[in-house]
Amino acid sequence: MTTTTTSPVLTATGVTMRFGGLTAVQAVDLDVHPGEIVGLIGPNGAGKTTFFNCLTGLYVPTEGSVAYRGTVLPPKPHLVTQAGIARTFQNIRLFANMTVLENVLVGRHTRTKEGLWSALLRGPGFKRAETASKARAMELLEFTGLADKADHLSRNLPYGEQRKLEIARALASDPGLLLLDEPTAGMNPQETRATEELVFAIRDLGTAVLVIEHDMRFIFNLCDRVAVLVQGQKLVEGTSETVQSDERVIAAYLGTPFEGAPGAEEAAEVEAAESGATGGATQDEAQRGPTARTEDGQ
Amino acid sequence: MTTDKTQPTSVPTAEAGAPAPRTTLLRALTAAGGAAAVVSTFLAWTWTAEFPGDLTVYGYPGGLQLLTLVLGIATGVFALAALDLKGLRWLTPSGSTQALRLLALGTFAVTWFTVIAIAVDLDGLVNLEPGGWIAAVVTAAPVATTFLLPDDSRPLRRPKELPSWAEILIIAAVFAIGLYVVNYGIQTDADHPEPFLGYLIAVGFAAVALVKAGLISRISELTTSYRSVTLVAALITAIVFPFFQDKSSFTELGVNIAIFATVALGLNIVVGLAGLLDLGYVAFLGVGAYTAALVSGSTASTIDVKFPFWAAVITGGVVSLIFGVVIGAPTLRLRGDYLAIVTLGFGEIFRLAMLNLDGTSGPSVTNGPDGIPNIPPLEIFGFNFNDDHSVGGVTLDSNGNYYLLMLLVTVVVVLIFSRAGNSRIGRAWVAIREDETAATAMGINGFRVKLIAFALGATLAGVAGAVWAHFQSTVVPEQYVFAGPVPPNSTFLVAAVILGGMGTIGGPLLGATLLYLIPKKLEFLQDYQLLAFGIALILLMRFRPEGIVPNRRQQLEYHETGQLDVPGATGLKDGAVGVTKAEA
Repeated sequence: MTTTTTSPVLTATGVTMRFGGLTAVQAVDLDVHPGEIVGLIGPNGAGKTTFFNCLTGLYVPTEGSVAYRGTVLPPKPHLVTQAGIARTFQNIRLFANMTVLENVLVGRHTRTKEGLWSALLRGPGFKRAETASKARAMELLEFTGLADKADHLSRNLPYGEQRKLEIARALASDPGLLLLDEPTAGMNPQETRATEELVFAIRDLGTAVLVIEHDMRFIFNLCDRVAVLVQGQKLVEGTSETVQSDERVIAAYLGTPFEGAPGAEEAAEVEAAESGATGGATQDEAQRGPTARTEDGQ
Repeated sequence: MTTDKTQPTSVPTAEAGAPAPRTTLLRALTAAGGAAAVVSTFLAWTWTAEFPGDLTVYGYPGGLQLLTLVLGIATGVFALAALDLKGLRWLTPSGSTQALRLLALGTFAVTWFTVIAIAVDLDGLVNLEPGGWIAAVVTAAPVATTFLLPDDSRPLRRPKELPSWAEILIIAAVFAIGLYVVNYGIQTDADHPEPFLGYLIAVGFAAVALVKAGLISRISELTTSYRSVTLVAALITAIVFPFFQDKSSFTELGVNIAIFATVALGLNIVVGLAGLLDLGYVAFLGVGAYTAALVSGSTASTIDVKFPFWAAVITGGVVSLIFGVVIGAPTLRLRGDYLAIVTLGFGEIFRLAMLNLDGTSGPSVTNGPDGIPNIPPLEIFGFNFNDDHSVGGVTLDSNGNYYLLMLLVTVVVVLIFSRAGNSRIGRAWVAIREDETAATAMGINGFRVKLIAFALGATLAGVAGAVWAHFQSTVVPEQYVFAGPVPPNSTFLVAAVILGGMGTIGGPLLGATLLYLIPKKLEFLQDYQLLAFGIALILLMRFRPEGIVPNRRQQLEYHETGQLDVPGATGLKDGAVGVTKAEA
């Protein structure tokens, strides 16, 4: 475990999420410290995205609490973002009919104050705030390499760039912690490499990162610490080496016969319950094989 | 005329550079056809002046003949432009054939409509003079030739750089022409549907032809690069409108159009920007109108106060705002279609409440079905709105006064729409419309932002309602229904927004104008107005889902596909006009 003396940015204590009789996330504790990149892995249906939704206020956890820099967060998405936690979505959720720049400007929402009156009266304060927002947004687009596409509609971007734009939009709220939900899903090895660089760059800006991913190469390259979630419970937490060599993790992923192994039915149940609870709004866990990808990217 | 069909040449002759001789011939024939159509309008088409617009005179086109004349000239000129005549190339920046086809079809349709209308109205083909027969034949010919022409659609050709004064002059000319065209439509004979139907046919074909020729894109490029000039030109055009009307009833049409267009624009904030379907919007107009009527000092009002106009307008707006918040606060917390259901209910409740607050079924507030008549005429700084006033030798009557007042309200609402839409709060509205979950995850307080949009929409409707009450000098409950043959009703407003184009300024203004003017001019349509709404909306959703005026974002999309998919768009040489993929 990385030894950090600073107080954690994120403290999740005993987060439990039940949908009726089904426990999707059970008593998960997790700390993320400043300047850290923490990975969250686990087989499909393990409850990773549900856990994310609990952290960001999209779900109200049945039990447990989430604190950002020591302050317990109310389970309201916009207040969580305001506090300093930003996220991306597993299935890209950009504002399709807005331009790239406008998408990032929406991300600035919590860091600007101009209301309706100021918009109608267009005083000097409004112009200053708009200019500052635009400058910051363009800075982030430079950072993610999308600056030359600022005026394009976001739905016209290629897939990889849409992912980048989601990250830029999340960064626009100047978060202390960034939650990435499968940022490399569907990417080719080169794009995955680029995303890796991007995440390092974000970390270097002083933003802690918590990332869900199935690409083991990506995770083990990137993360200072990895937590493994299986059937809603945290199985192991530790450095890449600890996790990679842990027999229970291997068993959970490869399904070595041991009694009470998580079967496909259970996983499907968790899935169904989760997607049912969000009213189809969040599609949990893409139907992809749990095994790590093995393509050689370099 | 002489339209011997050219034999279909099976040899593909398209070489880069010169168009095939056959194409040239067809274009020349089309030009000749246009000229022939023009000539035919100088003949008499019928023998009696009973048909609206005197079509009996030789050498002097009148009535519907004028439309054929204009379209004939356009067909001829565009055909000459297609022949690459120097000085006319600017007419067809994105290809001539489709525009020619539409113009030829338009000429044909207007002429045949006229001829058939003569035969039907006057009972029998015998009422047609030889001129009518000739016109029918010569306008059919260009249709045939243009459909034999190869399609030469191309990406927009870069226009020649013009000095900026010339471009500004073009904008002014466009608005002048626009004003003339609208005026012509408004001033058509209201007792007979034929002239207005012909006008609709002509304008419809001509408008699509201009789009296909690429002229509309050119103009919108110009208007975007000279935004302030365009706004001033639009404002001047709107201001001078009442001075061009020779009948007060035409100005009254203008007032009503201005009011309904303004209300539709207010609704567009709610529906177009924030994506909240409000099916009872007309109730907020009613709240404003009733409030203004109650405090107007009307003899029929149950409250014995007389507010000055500005205070009445503000009161109307504020009371609407309160109703908006009361309706919105509980429902906007929910997602999806609940709001549509609640607002639909609110619209009906409002009407029924106004009916029942008559002193017998409920407290005496609104006089029930009798409404509140005798709202005193407006007087601002001693300027009585019901009197005639002379401005520079031109007399403005009461309708003209109200028109200018209403125009002021429209300008304010346009300003509010564009400023609110293009700001932090406007982006939050659009984000909520696009994806509410993602928007809240970006830190937007969905409920709060939606409530602001809803309340703003309600307030604007209330303000417009207050002005409307003074203009009408009476308010009755039956004006505020969900769907009905007479505007305003909620269906009318929603239809205006969707027809015109959601999220735009021009869209609802144009949509409301069309939806108000067409049934007004075509009396026989009034019974079928809802049917016509339905059909129009279905056709629109099928062929142009983004509305007549696509919003900036959709325009951008077209723009982008032009950039991305056709990288060689600017590489096309100006000389290579006749080259077509179709013929190659």
